[in-house]
Amino acid sequence: MNIYVLVKRTFDTEEKLVISGGKIQEDGAEFIINPYDEYAIEEAINVRDEHGGEVIVITMGGEDAEKQLRTALAMGADKAVLINTEDDVEEMDQFTSAYILAEYLKDKEADLILAGNVAIDGGSGQVGPRVADLLDINYVTTITSLKIEGEKVTIVRDIEGDAEELETSLPLLVTAQQGLNEPRYPSLPGIMKAKKKPLEELELDDLDIDEDDVEAKTETIEIYLPPAKAAGRILEGDISNQVTELVSLLKNEAKVI
Amino acid sequence: MSKKVLVLGETREGSLRNVSFEAIAAAKKISGGGEVVSVLIGDSVGEFGAELVNYGADRVITVEHPHLKSYTSDGYGQAMMAVIDQEQPEALVFGHTAVGKDLSPKIASKLQTGLISDVTDIEGEGDDAVYIRPIYSGKAFEKVKNKGGIDFITIRPNNIAPLEREERSGDVSSLSVDITNLRTIIQNVVRKSAEGVDLSEAKVIIAGGRGVKSADGFAPLQELADLLGGAVGASRGACDADYVDYSLQIGQTGKVVTPDLYIAAGISGAIQHLAGMSNSKVIVAINKDPEANIFKVADYGIVGDLFEVIPMLTEEFKKVM
Repeated sequence: MNIYVLVKRTFDTEEKLVISGGKIQEDGAEFIINPYDEYAIEEAINVRDEHGGEVIVITMGGEDAEKQLRTALAMGADKAVLINTEDDVEEMDQFTSAYILAEYLKDKEADLILAGNVAIDGGSGQVGPRVADLLDINYVTTITSLKIEGEKVTIVRDIEGDAEELETSLPLLVTAQQGLNEPRYPSLPGIMKAKKKPLEELELDDLDIDEDDVEAKTETIEIYLPPAKAAGRILEGDISNQVTELVSLLKNEAKVI
Repeated sequence: MSKKVLVLGETREGSLRNVSFEAIAAAKKISGGGEVVSVLIGDSVGEFGAELVNYGADRVITVEHPHLKSYTSDGYGQAMMAVIDQEQPEALVFGHTAVGKDLSPKIASKLQTGLISDVTDIEGEGDDAVYIRPIYSGKAFEKVKNKGGIDFITIRPNNIAPLEREERSGDVSSLSVDITNLRTIIQNVVRKSAEGVDLSEAKVIIAGGRGVKSADGFAPLQELADLLGGAVGASRGACDADYVDYSLQIGQTGKVVTPDLYIAAGISGAIQHLAGMSNSKVIVAINKDPEANIFKVADYGIVGDLFEVIPMLTEEFKKVM
């Protein structure tokens, strides 16, 4: 089976955000594989181990993203592809990303493409379904279970807390939700092996993409931090008085009741 | 220039979702005085048309077909594209819901447009509309505008106020669409979320963490939620410990919520949890540990045992309601 995983390098959740010059400061910050993409990588490896084939992880961005690709290889992916957009694309949006990924994937005869259901930085959740639409294959988002028998695919997906059971077929793109699996940590032998696994680097030229074709459709005009919240009030006195005071505050001051 | 805006209306368990009314209010702003047309898709949805008009839609178009009983991206995609072909809108507004999140990228791809997802506020009107959306799990915000072509946004539930409901009149028409070649067959939906109030649209949320200590420990939280017409949520810790189902998890993984009132009981306030609730309008923290991180984002805090405080709160609320 030809299995592809779309991976994004993201800012670590634990990092404090600093904005300067209208951009999020990235210097010195830790970067990780988007946590939802880790579920996608793990699932891809499991599918390959059960059905055979090859897992190829793809990302876009600069050379820094090699680190996340090596991590995916260390987890067990077979090959990695970095589409280096650093020099060619100044402003990207989800249209841009999906277009480039789909151009790469269009002649690959992918049976299964996996991605995270959302990236924790941009948080749009668009790229997976957009890629599927461009490739004219079916997609299922926020999946928590995946079973493949021949061409038949049985899926459970999370719909706002409820579990939807459905049937579809390959070729297919799915996006992973928490609960799909428990992503493995790369083992030491895995990390050693990953160093020798193939990592291909491509540029837009290699994909015959013209910069104008991928011009973003939307534009970010400002990034800002939410206003700092004034320190809250810790109530005092005996508990029953605190409770009475709290209810009164919620009713009369905050007016939320 | 005024715009014609198409809005996706959504139903859930036999009634319209609030986000449908919020989307109409958003569309009014974007339209800059143009027409707002609400779209309802399903196997039998005509009865809901009039209510969308009461909330401000100028017109309603329904697409009904047996194959549209359950949402599939193929079925809804065909229905929506047929309406778009007929109406030629200049903007689209969907809810950032399970359906909206799944369907909107497909429609944006087919129209070759941008899509601004998870919008929480709109500045300006008509052609000058600028969309505000949280990024980095709510730790920052960005202002985004469309560079041309169709403005297409999804709005986060509970953030844009709906218009006042009034008896209004407007045309409700149906469009017949042939729905074919569905690649997904829905077998079954297992309800795991609690009965009643939907967590993502709840005005009041009572959330419990590891401090709740057991599944039974959530009973007093549920009682308070029921009294306030709210929903119960949980931290990842409480879900990992099996006290409640993951469907209740609030946080970076899990649901992002913005209720009017969020009461965090026995939740320490890990950064991942804060990512899911820190934009709530009023936050109350109840925790035994005065150093708990949750107090840093709380508007009001009580340092104490939740098993003592929550039942007392319930009694106190009963007195004033």
